[in-house]
Amino acid sequence: MMTTIEIRAVHQRFETFEALKGIDLTLNEKRIGIVGSNGSGKSTFARLLNGLLIPTSGQVLVDGLDTAKSGKAVRRKVGFVFQNPDNQIVFPIVEEDVAFGLKGLKLPAAQRGALVEEVLDRYGLGPFRSHPSHTLSGGQKQLLALAGVLITRPDCVVFDEPTTLLDLRNARRVAKVIAEMEETVIVVTHDLPLLQSFDRVIVFDQGRVIADDEPNSALARYVERMQ
Amino acid sequence: MRSRGEISSFLHELPAAAKLLVLAGAGTGLVLVGSLPVLAGAFLATLLLYWLAGISRRQAFQQLRPLLWLLVLLFIVQGVWQSWELGALVVLRISTLILLAAFVTLTTRTDALIAAVESALTPFRRFGVNPAKVGLAFSLALRFIPVIAQQANDIRDAQRARGLGANPVALALPLIVRTLRMASDVADAIDARSPYSDHSGDEGELPPRFVLQPNTSNARMSCNDAEPQLKT
Repeated sequence: MMTTIEIRAVHQRFETFEALKGIDLTLNEKRIGIVGSNGSGKSTFARLLNGLLIPTSGQVLVDGLDTAKSGKAVRRKVGFVFQNPDNQIVFPIVEEDVAFGLKGLKLPAAQRGALVEEVLDRYGLGPFRSHPSHTLSGGQKQLLALAGVLITRPDCVVFDEPTTLLDLRNARRVAKVIAEMEETVIVVTHDLPLLQSFDRVIVFDQGRVIADDEPNSALARYVERMQ
Repeated sequence: MRSRGEISSFLHELPAAAKLLVLAGAGTGLVLVGSLPVLAGAFLATLLLYWLAGISRRQAFQQLRPLLWLLVLLFIVQGVWQSWELGALVVLRISTLILLAAFVTLTTRTDALIAAVESALTPFRRFGVNPAKVGLAFSLALRFIPVIAQQANDIRDAQRARGLGANPVALALPLIVRTLRMASDVADAIDARSPYSDHSGDEGELPPRFVLQPNTSNARMSCNDAEPQLKT
């Protein structure tokens, strides 16, 4: 199911620092990239999309649900994969960590196990289901973090710099997974080649949107701005 | 903690609650007993448990290794100030306790341990204790011990590379700052990753999106081209 996220006149302040300055956007494409220099407000923007942050002023609506009022319902629709998977993996064993997303659901053990198995197999993590999560490689941890989000079956997944901490091989692996996902995907990244096949790229600078276009034009504007 | 490839024995299959109860009983008993032969027998019996569970000698030793220097220090201090017999008694008692506790975690799934802890705490709900939250805290402690240990190593390496000697304060301060920063991210992650739970332990009905689908076109798609490898 395609998710529509509306951002209306959003300002985000942290004490005296204004991270976002009046953002108005409607996101309803399948693949959206967010780029910008460090401190441009792109990660703050990402955290607004599933209610991890509530805007200081303005509104964020996910399929009509206000993130300020319906946090849990919004997070069922929009999953979030953090930059550092080590901070997102909360259980010591791989399969137990994936099952964490099902906490709070009345599910028979067999069905719970089947759902965990399905998502682990989807990302080639099946052979590691009983391994301690800290023994996985960086790329595997990132895939585990993604598996832990996808088991909740969100319609949209927001990635905050998913390839930043990975080596080239693992970054390519994660990029391939993102490219093949069926869910709506919003990726905050510095990895510009990753966005070439996307539907839309939004460029942030100093808390404002300075370009919002198809990838070639938007990325050209970003590169020009960075020089 | 249990992982694939380890030998599964009848000891692995015992209920977590029973193991925790035996551990609590044995812990109390070991503190009360003051006989060297009895403690030596308990130590040997613990080693026998490891053998029965198919846990290697190396893995058993690994459980004691982090505290080895402390055990040696205790033995020497007790031996010099009290008696060598008392030194042996203290070391045997602590070693047996550590090995027994490690045995429980090595032969029990974490989720089974947490479920047992949550179940044991259920009667305390009326006093405001939230068993689900205690269980989650228990799991987080187990999960983040290796992560924080790795961070301590990274900081130590960085300090060595910059020519700083071993200074506990220089290690502790950045480690505390990093850990607190990480804690904030972990709290956000818990919130983002558990949209169906309010961490009260209550369970809600299954939404329609959880009906298990047969494999879709993108199932098993990602890692088959690059066989995942465990970090060495």
